[in-house]
Parts: sequence; structure tokens; C-alpha cells
Amino acid sequence: MKTLAMIAATAALIAGPALADGHAIRMGTEGAYPPYNFINDNGEVDGFERELGDELCKRAEMQCTWVINAWDSIIPNLVSGNYDTIIAGMSITAERDEVIDFTQNYIPPTESFYVGLAGAEVDLEGGVITAQVNTIQASHIAASGATLLEFATPDETIAAVKNGEADAVLADDDFLKPVVEESGGELAIIGSVPLGGGVGMGIRESDGELKTKMDAAIASMKADGTLNTMIKKWFGDDALVF
Amino acid sequence: MFGFCADPASLEGSRWLACYLTTPKHMAFYVSFGTVLLLLALAAPLALAFGFAGAFAKRAGFAPVRWLGTGYVAMVRGVPDIVFFLFVPIAMDQGLEWMRHKILCPEVTEPIRRGNDFVVCQAAKLPLGEAPQWVHDAYGFTLALIAYAVVFGAFAANVLDGALRAVPKGQIEAGAAIGLSPGRITRRIVLPQMWVYALPGLSNLWMILIKATPLLFLLGVEDVVYWARELGGLKTQAYDYPHPDWRAWYFAGLLVFYLFLTWISQAGFDRLIVRVSRGMPNAGAGSGAAA
Repeated sequence: MKTLAMIAATAALIAGPALADGHAIRMGTEGAYPPYNFINDNGEVDGFERELGDELCKRAEMQCTWVINAWDSIIPNLVSGNYDTIIAGMSITAERDEVIDFTQNYIPPTESFYVGLAGAEVDLEGGVITAQVNTIQASHIAASGATLLEFATPDETIAAVKNGEADAVLADDDFLKPVVEESGGELAIIGSVPLGGGVGMGIRESDGELKTKMDAAIASMKADGTLNTMIKKWFGDDALVF
Repeated sequence: MFGFCADPASLEGSRWLACYLTTPKHMAFYVSFGTVLLLLALAAPLALAFGFAGAFAKRAGFAPVRWLGTGYVAMVRGVPDIVFFLFVPIAMDQGLEWMRHKILCPEVTEPIRRGNDFVVCQAAKLPLGEAPQWVHDAYGFTLALIAYAVVFGAFAANVLDGALRAVPKGQIEAGAAIGLSPGRITRRIVLPQMWVYALPGLSNLWMILIKATPLLFLLGVEDVVYWARELGGLKTQAYDYPHPDWRAWYFAGLLVFYLFLTWISQAGFDRLIVRVSRGMPNAGAGSGAAA
């Protein structure tokens, strides 16, 4: 099987029929940030962004395949063309907008939570705060004066708080809420801060056509209320909607 | 997998574990062990081929070929492995796409590099955008395989070069004395005898190659390390089988896997050395020459 795959890949290198009609696109996501996106027990991409992405592709009349890529290289691999969109809970920020383009947001700006061990006194401006690398939360901590401890995956930031390496973790509220609820009282929300301009889909700056299509699809989902229904389904009834 | 796995939330104890360990996601984890073994099985002979090419190039009489061989070995040995692993796949991927773009889409006049973006036409993409996922996986794996072969080939070239030099001069002179051509001396006298000098060095390289396989993870191939980290991480109710942070267990499993692999390799090399030493007067003593 693998050998066959290799032969086929080699054949694709040499031949490569020119079938592309521009309607097949690849959606890049991290697959480690539930409930935004994660790999379920069937080994498939699942979560809010899976459902949203599939619906957007349907409305834009494109065939989409899902690609997993580590968070810290997710922008470089978009601009080098390994996939065509980033749909990975990525907040729209000015710094990122210099490198890639964003569609309009599909999740309104939300709060980020500080989560620490329950009952612990945490100095949010002088302590050790952890966040995933290259996130708006990481830049916020760096600017706040606290000591920033970065990890490649969201998982590792939670583990760092549990084992005492960090005093608190800063991440999106919707990611941390289930983690706190299911920690059996070990973790608690100890603060919050509004960050970012909402979550949008990242697209190459040279890919204006795709951006227009996706923007239109998101606008139509906002207009008919399906986006709000989807947000409530995945993030709870008290989630912020449009 | 099992009939009773339909409702994971109702399961407990060993049944829960049995269902948990046989989810399709775990199956992907088990398959990834095969990916690692396949990489080893393909990278070793390929690296050996690069090694022979490098070693003979270094010894070539024609100066430009000699420079090429020496340059290859010196360059790869002088650059951190990880830089090469990151450089070779990206350079090859973009180089191939660039060439295909020039050949397949001559009508496109916009530049390929636009600001931060590397844009080739759809038909030039490697693999094509609509190709099934396994083609993308196989392509990524192939690029990684070539990177391994280039890096380990340079080290193998040095080991083989040393081993070729270690074959006693008297043997070669004896061959010349009975009128064998240089090519036949190489094939009949030098190559069969050099293995005893090359094997200790090559076995070292093999061990390093085994231990370098987790670098696949860096190259975006979903290998054992990727799956161990993904499966071991904290799982909330969003998943069918929620559990706390179990990464330590998964990594312990990898530890056992790699120890087993290196242990069995060592046993294999020990037998191989006995075999290639047959009829060699200085068997075993020559190992220092190549290590």
C-alpha cells in the first residue's frame, strides 16, 4: 500500500495531469484546539470549524479537503502553498494581516481567560503565565510584564499549569471553559481580558478570488442565522453571536 | 471495532480500554509505526547508495568529480542535520513546483513570488490540489526520505571511503600482479574485503538513523511522535473517550519501541560482522579503522 503510494507520488511528480479547475481547495487547520477544531476518535477533523468549513465550501461551491498542520508553521505553509486556507481559531490581528489576508470574522471578538490552580494567588502582571506560541494571548502576556512561557500545543500549556511550571494559562474562553469544568475543581478561572478582532479565515494575499467567495459565504451564513445556530451548538447558549 | 463499543460513555474498566485502544485514531497510531519502519527500510539502502556514490566520487581520478564528492560530504557534515531536514524538503518542493510552473503554465505572466506568497498555477502544484490525501502524505514522506538519504549518505560516504582505504595495499598489488584490471580489482578484491572495516561505522550510522526518525514529525509527516502527543494529550468531553494527560504513557511506549528496535539491530549487526569476517586474517581488529 505504502509502496504503491510512493510509486503513485513519483508518477505524479513526472506526469501530473492538468485537471485543476480551481474548485478543489485544501483547508488547513491545527486539529488540537477543541471545540474549535480537533481530531476525533475516528481520526477525522471535527469541531465547530469543521462544520463551518464544510458549509462554507458548499455555499461557495467548492470541494474541500482537510489538512492538519502544526500551529507554529501554519502561516508559513499557507503562503508557500501547501494548503489554501487557515481555519484554525485564528484571531484577526494587524501583525498577521501584514503577512496574510483574513476574511470577515466568523466568531465575534471574545474574551480570553486566565486559568490557574484553584485557590492559588496569582500575580497576572508579574507571575509566570503560559500561552501557545504565536498567539494573541502570547503577545498580550509579553506586553503585560508577566513572564511568558510558550508551548507548541494548547495541551502543553494546561499541563504546565497543572504541574506548577506556570502560574496561569491565557487562552480563548471557549477552549478553557470545558477544561476547567472537567478538571474536578483543580483549575479555576482567575481573570479575563478581551483580545483580538474575532476569528477569521486566513487566505494568501494573492488569492483575492478565494477571499471574495469565502467572504460572501460567511456573509450569507450570518444573514440567514445559520452561523449563530452553529456557534451556539458548539460553544453553548451563552456564547457571543452576531 | 468491538460490538460493545457503540456507546463509549457507558463503558467502564477493561471494556472502555479495549474500545479506546482500538479507535480508528489509535489504528492510525499503530500504522505510523509501520511508517517509521518503512522509512528505515527505504532510507538505509538509499543512504548507502548515496554513500557509495560519494565515496567513489571522493576517490575519483577526474578532479571535478572528486571536488563534487568532497564538497558533498564536507557540506552535509558541516551543517546541523536539522537545518538540512528543514531545507531539503522545502527547496525540493518549491524547486519542482517552480520548474513545473515554467513548463506547464507558460501563459501565466505574474511572478511566482508575490510578496510573502509562493504562487504557482494549479496545474503545477505538487501534488495537485484535488489529489487524494494519501498522495499528499506519500509526497511528504518521499521528500523526507530524500532528505534522510542525502544527510546519512554523506556520513556513509566517509565511512565507506575510510573502509576502502583500509583494505591492505598488498591485496591490491597482488591483484595487479596477476593482471586484473582496476575495475576488477575493485569488484573482486576491494569491495568484498572492505565490509569488515565499514560495518562498525555503518552500524553506528544505522543506530543514529533509527534515533533520527522522530524528525519526520518536524517535516509534517504524521509519525509515532505526532500520534503519541496527539493521543496522549488531555481529552475533554468533546471527544468520545475523555481522559487526563496521558502523554507520559504514550512516550514510554515509544521508548520501549525504540529500545527494542536498536537492541534487535545490534544483535543483527553482531551476526553480520561475524559473517563478513570469515576468512579475514585481521577480522575484528580492523574495526578501529572505520569507526
